[in-house]
Amino acid sequence: MSRWVALLCGTMFGVGLVVSDMINPARVLAFLDLAGDWDPTLAWVMGGALLPSLVAYRLHLRRNSPVFAAAFHVPPRGRIDTRLVAGALLFGVGWGLAGLCPGPALAALVTLRAPVIGFVAAMLAGMALHRLLHPPR
Amino acid sequence: MSTLPALPWIWPLAGGLLIGSAAGAYLLLAGRIAGISGLLADAAGWARGGARTLSVLFLSGLLLGTFVALRGRDGTTIVLTSSWPLLIIGGLLVGYGTRLGSGCTSGHGICGLARLSPRSALATALFMAAGFATVYVMRHVLGGSP
Repeated sequence: MSRWVALLCGTMFGVGLVVSDMINPARVLAFLDLAGDWDPTLAWVMGGALLPSLVAYRLHLRRNSPVFAAAFHVPPRGRIDTRLVAGALLFGVGWGLAGLCPGPALAALVTLRAPVIGFVAAMLAGMALHRLLHPPR
Repeated sequence: MSTLPALPWIWPLAGGLLIGSAAGAYLLLAGRIAGISGLLADAAGWARGGARTLSVLFLSGLLLGTFVALRGRDGTTIVLTSSWPLLIIGGLLVGYGTRLGSGCTSGHGICGLARLSPRSALATALFMAAGFATVYVMRHVLGGSP
């Protein structure tokens, strides 16, 4: 049952990216361009996404386990460290250069456009590089 | 830079509700975080403690939902303005940075903020600030694309 949940949630996520136009890098860059012709779209998406997810996270605190799995796999509340800060900053620069973050980039693969495929290949290379430099123990 | 037609707020609000509901349902039903960079690393076999089959299925659904929704949306095109070098450098930074920082727009920006996690709040503030600064420099200091 968890497998169906994963497939259906992924599908809903993909539809949401198209409906909100977050799959469109030009739309994202227009939001990031505060000094230009600013586009508030991404703020509406974040607000809309936070409403149901806030409710879901409150509800999960009242449960011992998820509906279709044995246990919750939620990362522990770690400390703020240099990795988090450096990683978020590097990600933000890359996001600003291309207008793509991981979700929309993967979703846009269905257009089979060369620039999207190139971006995703580079993104995977960046992830592989991280794995190489910081292998999991 | 391109000029996009303005999008009425109801669309991003509806899309955001779908994305947030998907993330919320994935937590309540399957017990996992719907952070795309984490799911991708897990699907590639580069993460610990994941559930590879579930991650592959979630990402397959992501492609499926996008494909179907794009079919139903008339005419609106995906506009990519960045040059090839910027796309490649951007991709490398996004891939490396999201792993180093343990999350991206969905993992920190939606799931983490919904958990009221201080780590995610800081990460979201930082990647937003870095994105604003990068676009400012590219468009208004250097004056080129993106």
